[in-house]
Amino acid sequence: MIKHFINLEWKAFFRSASFGKSLAIKILMGFFALYFMVMFLAMGFVMDKILKETYPDLDPLVAFSGLLFYWIIGDLLIRFFFQKLPVMSVKPLLTLPVKRKSVVNFVLGKSALSFINFLPLFAIIPFGLKLIANDYNTSTVLIWMFVIVLITLINNFLNFIIESLSAKTELSFLPIIVFAGSLFALNHFNIINIAEALSKGVTAITENPILLIVPILILISLYIYNFKILRQKLFLDSGLKAKIKEVNASSLEWTKNFGDIAPFMQLDLKLIWRNKRTKSSVWIMLLGLLYGLFFYTNPKFQGIPSFFIFVGVFSTGIFLINFGQFIPAWDSSYYKLLMSQNIKYEQYLKSKFTLMAVSVIILFVLGIPYVFFGWKILLAHFAAAIYNIGVNTHVILYGGSFNRKKIDLSQKAAFNYQGTGAVQWLIGIPLLLLPMGLFALFYFLIGFEIACLILALLGVIGIVFHQKLMTIITQKYLDSKYKMINAFDQVN
Amino acid sequence: MITTLNLSKKYNNNLVLNIENLDIPKGQSFGLVGNNGAGKTTYFSLLLDLIQPTTGHIKNNNIKVSESEDWKPFTSAFIDESFLIGYLTAEEYFYFIGELRGQNKADVDKLVSQFEDFFHGEILGQKKYLRDLSKGNQKKAGIVAALIGNPEVIILDEPFANLDPTTQIRLKGIVKDLAEKQGVTVLISSHDLMHVTDVCERIVVLEKGEIVKDLNTSEATLKELEAHFSGTEVV
Repeated sequence: MIKHFINLEWKAFFRSASFGKSLAIKILMGFFALYFMVMFLAMGFVMDKILKETYPDLDPLVAFSGLLFYWIIGDLLIRFFFQKLPVMSVKPLLTLPVKRKSVVNFVLGKSALSFINFLPLFAIIPFGLKLIANDYNTSTVLIWMFVIVLITLINNFLNFIIESLSAKTELSFLPIIVFAGSLFALNHFNIINIAEALSKGVTAITENPILLIVPILILISLYIYNFKILRQKLFLDSGLKAKIKEVNASSLEWTKNFGDIAPFMQLDLKLIWRNKRTKSSVWIMLLGLLYGLFFYTNPKFQGIPSFFIFVGVFSTGIFLINFGQFIPAWDSSYYKLLMSQNIKYEQYLKSKFTLMAVSVIILFVLGIPYVFFGWKILLAHFAAAIYNIGVNTHVILYGGSFNRKKIDLSQKAAFNYQGTGAVQWLIGIPLLLLPMGLFALFYFLIGFEIACLILALLGVIGIVFHQKLMTIITQKYLDSKYKMINAFDQVN
Repeated sequence: MITTLNLSKKYNNNLVLNIENLDIPKGQSFGLVGNNGAGKTTYFSLLLDLIQPTTGHIKNNNIKVSESEDWKPFTSAFIDESFLIGYLTAEEYFYFIGELRGQNKADVDKLVSQFEDFFHGEILGQKKYLRDLSKGNQKKAGIVAALIGNPEVIILDEPFANLDPTTQIRLKGIVKDLAEKQGVTVLISSHDLMHVTDVCERIVVLEKGEIVKDLNTSEATLKELEAHFSGTEVV
């Protein structure tokens, strides 16, 4: 039985849509994985030194154990947002002569093998080996490492229980916040010193291996609890049922002020608000807005005005970049409909343009407090905003006509690279690097104000020639109509 | 209304559709039948200018569909779920299509209200997105959306599939009414020979991209079609 499951899993992995993705994305994903591995590895190697420096009078093993509590909380939080139990994939197995028990065991067992569970090993193994090399008792260290592995697995299964609880509530992230928060608060205000208790517990286990039975029992009971939850959920009308949300419809009458593009504006706004992936671009907008704080609080960057432009283009254009790069792929699932309807392509594109331009203005206004770091920053942001409206919007719309990748809107948001192709990488050059380069050049040749003025001027030229540019862009879209329909029809 | 001349479509030297001549007069209810891969959907896609013909052309009301877009205002279609916008409710979808076809909300409401029994209370006022409706209900919404804006040509690909018996019967009534009373040209493809003979005045059988039969529906048509398809199945 297990053999069949593993075989299925193997095929699912190598034949999955994400595996067939372009090379660039594979490399990027690989890079992310590698990055985390290296980070953890480095952490493992320097951990003993850091701990020695921070807690000079403590044994590194004890010091590490003292931090375990925060490790667990952080781990749980990360898991909650990124790790999901892969339940849906077992739907086809239900009608086959496979015992439900083995299906459940398989799903749970598989979750134990996820990448996130292996990451801690990268830190723990070098840390442990170094300790052994430094004349620590080998068996103590080995037991300690084993305890950490157990804790990781406990976290793994604890997370699924929290998730299943949170699935029932309206605010899905509430239980984890309450859970992690109350643990933290209990510890912080010394009501129950969990961190110390944990640390003492781990130390006790390393001294007396018999006590290993405690984490093992916890793990087993969590597993059994998970098993019970999952066993009940393996029915079409419970766990395997796709969730249906009730609609909160608003008429968006105010879009009528935009004239003939109103129907498309309404459609775009609904598109953004009602799909997970597009919705996340709204949250990313917040991040982008705060991006400047990262640079401006650092005195090192204060002397490099080219960075002001970079941050300016980025923070006022974050929505433009995020949303714009996938035009028209956002509409790929019903592109045939649009193409057979009596629509003016120009209105369709103009609605996207208006959305992006408005977002730039809003983000600029929200970013005005950056003036706190100097009026030059505000000026640079202003020039960048005009450049975004006049040049980048058109560039990104033009780039969109090369989009040939479908986006399935029902897919999740985080780490979803569906629809990403070479276009998305290439478009970054004119979008971000060109204004930065231009600015740097004129800043070097003439001065700050003139450099800002030139960028703003380019933006104004773009705005003046908006109609003309839109005609060219529209023609480009019309020319690639059949290619797009065909590409968006493919299941990728 | 619709004339097809020397139309062919090739994919990598694989001829999937080859129609020398096909005229569909105004107000005809026209049925297209054929096994999978016979070229029904290809023909409809060509008619809607969603793919380009390899040779020949289709004229819709004397407008070459691949050259001008002027056929769009009087032509509507429901081919498959990709004609639905999943994140809209049925009402929002109807209004959106209505706006594209120059109809205000009141017009759309008036039209849609005629189909209340067709919807069987499962489409309107559901507070559900189209993507969350069942396949059959999605189809109902798509078909009715294709009727918005008084189109003169309506193209429905497999409209009977996935519908429950009651709705199938109601749909037949709607299609007949459109062609007979309102002079709308209706093009339907189907695998269900019975439904198609019930509804269509004329039935064309496609096989591997070619027209092999062109029948005016009569009492004997269903028998003839059944004989044809059972014969080909044996081969």
